[in-house]
Amino acid sequence: MASTARLELVNIVKQYPGCRANDGVHLRVAAGEIHALLGENGAGKSTLMKVIYGVVQPDEGSVIWNGTPTLIRGPRHARDIGVGMVFQHFSLFETLTVAENIALSLPASEARNTRKLETRIREVSTRYGMALDPRRHVSNLSIGERQRVEIVRCLIQQSALLILDEPTSVLTPQEVQILFRTLRQLSAEGCSILFISHKLQEVRDLCHTATVMRGGKVTGSCVPSEVSVDDIARMMVGSDTPLSTQATPSRPGDVLLSVRQLSHATTDPFGTRLDAIDMELRAGEIVGIAGVAGNGQDELLRALSGERRSEVGRLFIDGKDIGQAGPAQRRQAGVAIVPEERLGRGAVPGMSLVANTLLTAYGRGLVKRGWVRSAKVREYTARIRERFDVRSASIDSTAASLSGGNLQKFIIGREALQQPRLMVASHPTWGVDVGSAVAIHEALIQLRDQGATVLLISEDLDELYQLCDRIGALCGGRLSPLVPTSELGIEQLEQWMAGEFPRSDTPELAAEVIHAVA
Amino acid sequence: MDTLLITNILAATIIAGTPLLLVALGELVCERSGVLNLGQEGMMLMGAVMGFIAAVTSGSLAVGVLVAILAGIVMSLLFALMAVTLAANQYAAGLALTIFGTGLSAFIGSSYVGQSISGFPKIAIPYLSDIPVLGPVLFRQDLLVYLSLLLFVLAFIFLRYTRGGLILRAVGESPEAANANGMRVLAVRYLAVAFGGGMAGLAGAYLSLAYTPMWTENMTSGRGWIALALVVFATWKPERVLLGAYLFGAASILHLVLQGLGWRSSTELLAMLPYIVTIAVLVLLSCNPARTRLNTPLSIGQPYRPSK
Amino acid sequence: MLSLERRAVDSRLMQWGSPVLALLLTILTGLVLFWALGKDPLAALGFFFLVPLSDTHGWAELGLKMAPLLLCAAGLTVCYRTRIWNIGAEGQFLMGALWASVAALKLSDATGFWVLSVVLGAGIIAGALWAWLAAVLKTRFHCNEILTTIMLNYIALNLLLYAVHGPLRDPMGFGFPQSEMFAASALLPSLIDGTRLHIGLLFALFAAVAVGVLFTRTFIGFQLNVLGQDSRAAAFAGFGEKRLIWLAFLIAGGLAGLAGASEVSGPIRQLIPQVSPGYGYTAIIVVFLGRMQAVGIILASALLALTFMGGEMLQIAMNMPKAITGLFQGLLLFYLLTCDAFIHYRLRLRRPLSSVAIGQEV
Repeated sequence: MASTARLELVNIVKQYPGCRANDGVHLRVAAGEIHALLGENGAGKSTLMKVIYGVVQPDEGSVIWNGTPTLIRGPRHARDIGVGMVFQHFSLFETLTVAENIALSLPASEARNTRKLETRIREVSTRYGMALDPRRHVSNLSIGERQRVEIVRCLIQQSALLILDEPTSVLTPQEVQILFRTLRQLSAEGCSILFISHKLQEVRDLCHTATVMRGGKVTGSCVPSEVSVDDIARMMVGSDTPLSTQATPSRPGDVLLSVRQLSHATTDPFGTRLDAIDMELRAGEIVGIAGVAGNGQDELLRALSGERRSEVGRLFIDGKDIGQAGPAQRRQAGVAIVPEERLGRGAVPGMSLVANTLLTAYGRGLVKRGWVRSAKVREYTARIRERFDVRSASIDSTAASLSGGNLQKFIIGREALQQPRLMVASHPTWGVDVGSAVAIHEALIQLRDQGATVLLISEDLDELYQLCDRIGALCGGRLSPLVPTSELGIEQLEQWMAGEFPRSDTPELAAEVIHAVA
Repeated sequence: MDTLLITNILAATIIAGTPLLLVALGELVCERSGVLNLGQEGMMLMGAVMGFIAAVTSGSLAVGVLVAILAGIVMSLLFALMAVTLAANQYAAGLALTIFGTGLSAFIGSSYVGQSISGFPKIAIPYLSDIPVLGPVLFRQDLLVYLSLLLFVLAFIFLRYTRGGLILRAVGESPEAANANGMRVLAVRYLAVAFGGGMAGLAGAYLSLAYTPMWTENMTSGRGWIALALVVFATWKPERVLLGAYLFGAASILHLVLQGLGWRSSTELLAMLPYIVTIAVLVLLSCNPARTRLNTPLSIGQPYRPSK
Repeated sequence: MLSLERRAVDSRLMQWGSPVLALLLTILTGLVLFWALGKDPLAALGFFFLVPLSDTHGWAELGLKMAPLLLCAAGLTVCYRTRIWNIGAEGQFLMGALWASVAALKLSDATGFWVLSVVLGAGIIAGALWAWLAAVLKTRFHCNEILTTIMLNYIALNLLLYAVHGPLRDPMGFGFPQSEMFAASALLPSLIDGTRLHIGLLFALFAAVAVGVLFTRTFIGFQLNVLGQDSRAAAFAGFGEKRLIWLAFLIAGGLAGLAGASEVSGPIRQLIPQVSPGYGYTAIIVVFLGRMQAVGIILASALLALTFMGGEMLQIAMNMPKAITGLFQGLLLFYLLTCDAFIHYRLRLRRPLSSVAIGQEV
């Protein structure tokens, strides 16, 4: 044995009703090591982290901390022994200040002196290059700043192991670079880091070693810098799944959707306002909108779906103003929407697939004089299930019982079968297994080839470059120009995602930009 | 109007506002932990009837008050069992508590209807009670009024300045995050619910031992519900609860005042006033939904079970 | 160590087993209570559940009390399935009774079938409008419907009291707060001769079945269901929230108003202050106990009607307070919600954790 590992997991088993989340997992993290934990959604990464942090207790197996078998009784205990955790959905209290949030996770004796704590927060945060004002309320912080609060909190507790759950998924590329600098500095000082991700390139850039999980088991480990991205991907998804689809070139037709100077003030205190959005989408093309979450994507989707009405003269389909139409009328006009939230907007969790078909497909002869034609609804549902390979016990299974990928295939299928003229899909493959993602991509391409317009809102740049004919970025409620994918470098797009693009108030200016890029 | 009349009206307002203040403070703490207990009416009634019976049998008002508080706590723990441990729908569980408490209190108290005792006497605080107007209004009241003011101060300090208050607010905002931070969410919620129960029991005792020292079925006549509206009105801030309680108190004695001034109107119509005022207040709040939303404990009404 | 664990699939057995279990627990608690009060528990139980139904008259009275409960419960089912917490059936009932009485007294000289239609119609409209107030307060002003409907209940009660003490008081009634007796043309026809049972029961059964069909067969019912389960999905699908909320309130209010009208033009035949022994509140229990399904609420309304009769019977036969009705009803709801937890959860015996982890040490 070379040296004692900082953390070692031996044969961890965790059984949930109907699902074995961890099935004999072994993991070893050395001191000062940046260790990646890779796997698709549902591979069991989150459960394993919860085991390490004491949030859940394993059914079998043991956790060895600095050479001593340790029963981690709960998050507080985990923190006391030096395990720090940065959650994907942050565990911060928005109505409290930064200092109050950090005080709550410290022992009462250390938290009592507010002034001293504030000084310490300032010290630690500047030392690691992530400046923070301890007196600000968390609700006023950006997503990136919130993540800093979580990290600084761990640092103040002098964690010897820092767990980060998908930390980059909410950050701009620039913020990611800052984060990586901090993590490397910590690693050099001897702090171990467990980095959970599904972004393979990042893992190659940052991590010393990687452990890959699939279906609750460890399927391999490697030194990421020594193997290719495809090799890692194979370990993640298995050998029988295609890794991606390749889109054929498109043949765009006439303008279908025009958006002119669309602005919306937001009523939600945490929302983003849309600021003079201009775009024209043609039939038979896929247009992508990149951007970090919370930059107006949801507001744009609502404006297009009709959940939020617009004033006259802003939204046109085939030149007809649809700004005042509600969701039902827009659906009649051929608009199909796949929202970001699958459960609780795209589908009703507690209802069967049959009922969820009726949710949006009611305009397709499934209702007659107010009476539901259940035979037709069932038939339609069976068709979706078959055509889009939705794996469920039956068409009477509840939406909540399906895996993310299968539910998303169902929702995409439900909308695609209605033969829409405009399909707006928001983050359609987020948290979806690779096999389903490929099927979803194929469905979108097929729609395009049938002459429909597809608007793809996504954070996944690989996906956007793979599918889209034109791409732009949304930042702070403003939309960049939409330019042909082949003419837009990834560095340029990343700048646009950070808001560095000219206002496209005037068409001439937009044309100039396109010209410059070209 | 002469000074005496004004003084009397203000003193009566304080008295009418006291049970509202007590029950609303309890509910405020409870809601701050993320639990909405609609069972206030049931807990108050149980407090009122048990307090009254205990006072009659023991001959001691203090025993009555203690038993009332205990009765409220026991009732609230039944609610906590359903709504916190078993993660039942909080609306339904609260309604069940009110229906159960109404039935149980009527059953227990049926042989005590019509009996009367001498309730809490007024205690004049030396010197302070001699201040014109303010003296008789604030410092010539009964012991429970003073107690309610003391409890208000304590609740205010607790919520604003203590670590316990911080934990309570944190749990109410996000039980998931609180759990991840190592706080014991269910324990905090149990304590908050029990505090609410004790305060509702005390409010009930105020009605049956001080306000009208006797027991009648349904003697709370909707005060528990009004208190729920009051907490929303106060946007979950204790100082506004204090103000609101006395405003509602004033509304509920308005018909006495109007009759005193010689208004000829039917008692039944005037008796609607507190309820109409409550609705009017709820409507006025809708003018500024953003403010209400910003102050609402975010997890309110949602059952929480830590995953194991 | 016992722990509560979420089931992978909700238990179908407990969905219907829960009400039965709750009833058994209530009866068991009742037995203990009777014993503690020094009464013969089995005899008391007999007086409560069996004696009231020992003859035709008893069954007719059961139907009589079932009618208003079931009408209110059918309406509340529409609201609760839509997750609208309308607690205001009591107030809507009282307004129905009040305005049906106004119509009946104004038309005391008229004859013909239409008189009764106007009387019942007045009740339905009054109840629906009273509920609509809460609907507007909810959709226009975002007021919590629980609080507004409770307040409207108290206001309705005071309006009714005002009416019987004032404008509607029978001048020949020796000062009692009650109206004149209604004319024959304003009375509901009886269902079984010689009993007080009237055709209101048929209205109620019809309403329960209609609500059942609404939710299982029609698109409107589907939309109400979606709104109840997931308001964001409803908005996404384009189901107008305001329209559906109004509809649910109007149906609930209309049916509760009809119940009120049927009481005054059925068994009571005049307006009195105690027109409802709390039917509107008890109907809430009926809805939960009946699982918001047509057959369920019909059975549950019969059971809760029986608790009213049983309470009266115990008062007469064993000198117990009549409030025992409310106590039993409260207990029943209480146990029901407790048992309902086991639809979603189950109890599991867990091995102590420490021994497992240490046993696995390498």
